[in-house]
Amino acid sequence: MSDLDTQRRQFLKTSLGAAAVAIAPGMLLFDTAQGKTEAASSKVRWGMLIDTAQCKTGCNDCVTACNKENGLSGGTLPTDSQWMRKIDIKDISNGHETSLPMMCQHCEEPPCVDVCPTGASFKRADGIVLVDKHRCIGCRYCMMACPYKARSFVHEPLHDQNPDVPRGKGTVESCTMCVHRIDKGQQPACAQACPNKAILFGNLNDANSEIAQKLRSVASVQVRADLQLNPGIRYQGL
Amino acid sequence: MKLLVSLLLCLCIPLAWATEANAPKLDIGKGGQCVRDPQWMRKNHMHLLIHQRDEAVRKGIRDEQISLKNCVECHASLKDDSVIAREDSFCAGCHRYEAVKIDCFECHASKRRVALAKKDEK
Repeated sequence: MSDLDTQRRQFLKTSLGAAAVAIAPGMLLFDTAQGKTEAASSKVRWGMLIDTAQCKTGCNDCVTACNKENGLSGGTLPTDSQWMRKIDIKDISNGHETSLPMMCQHCEEPPCVDVCPTGASFKRADGIVLVDKHRCIGCRYCMMACPYKARSFVHEPLHDQNPDVPRGKGTVESCTMCVHRIDKGQQPACAQACPNKAILFGNLNDANSEIAQKLRSVASVQVRADLQLNPGIRYQGL
Repeated sequence: MKLLVSLLLCLCIPLAWATEANAPKLDIGKGGQCVRDPQWMRKNHMHLLIHQRDEAVRKGIRDEQISLKNCVECHASLKDDSVIAREDSFCAGCHRYEAVKIDCFECHASKRRVALAKKDEK
């Protein structure tokens, strides 16, 4: 090999190294400015455990927080969107009263997804059931299929939506488990707002998570467990 | 042959001027270039948006840089914080000129986040 060749090789090596050193920090900065670039993983299954003993009759804080976070009007007419509602039930044989929040149960086998003719209703890899409003035609089959009456239809044109929560007339919507917050590493708005910490949010698939440990140690039920939908929302003391 | 070429040139130049003169003058808000150069974006922004929306909604891959939210954040007018409110607004201006109807903002926020936050306080 000639001397010239060696020199050239040496020059290329050093300049490549220098370029890498110069570019690397820029690439790192570029990456952090990108937002969340990895996809939702099926290793995770998001869920909630709701302790009805801690849920107070008359308290509406979770519903208010949900409405504010997602830009809902808060109206309760049949034509108003309600993603979350409080239910008071009474055992007539002994008068025992229970209060609980009811919303999309984020089923493992969601009937809304089964019946959707356009593929707009779907379950994300991490177990969150959503409506892709780009594909929703507003037929409302999913609303009829849902045993929890969890979905709403938007009847009127909307303005000034929350930039994180696009909503529009002619589409069906429901609790998203605050997917935009989860993707930022935050808790759903209702879980954060509950004054009694009655809503425990976490990863059902992680044996070390608080929710998985609590599910192991206390008795919990699925609403309409007979339908075998395996919802991600569980209730304690129901 | 030369005559033909020069004749064609004479015809084309005023035509080019004319289209340039008619092109909409847009209120670009804060402006700046963060994704690609303006000419490329004029032609291809819809492909980026449609790709990003499916990735974000269905898979949870939220590429902030090419999200609609991020576009609005910089390109909303500094006067009314909107991308569609006036004839020369950033999105509405061109789409009116090209006669392409956009329905993005029937669901998505057309205003900058700070403007919406201010409205909430009132």
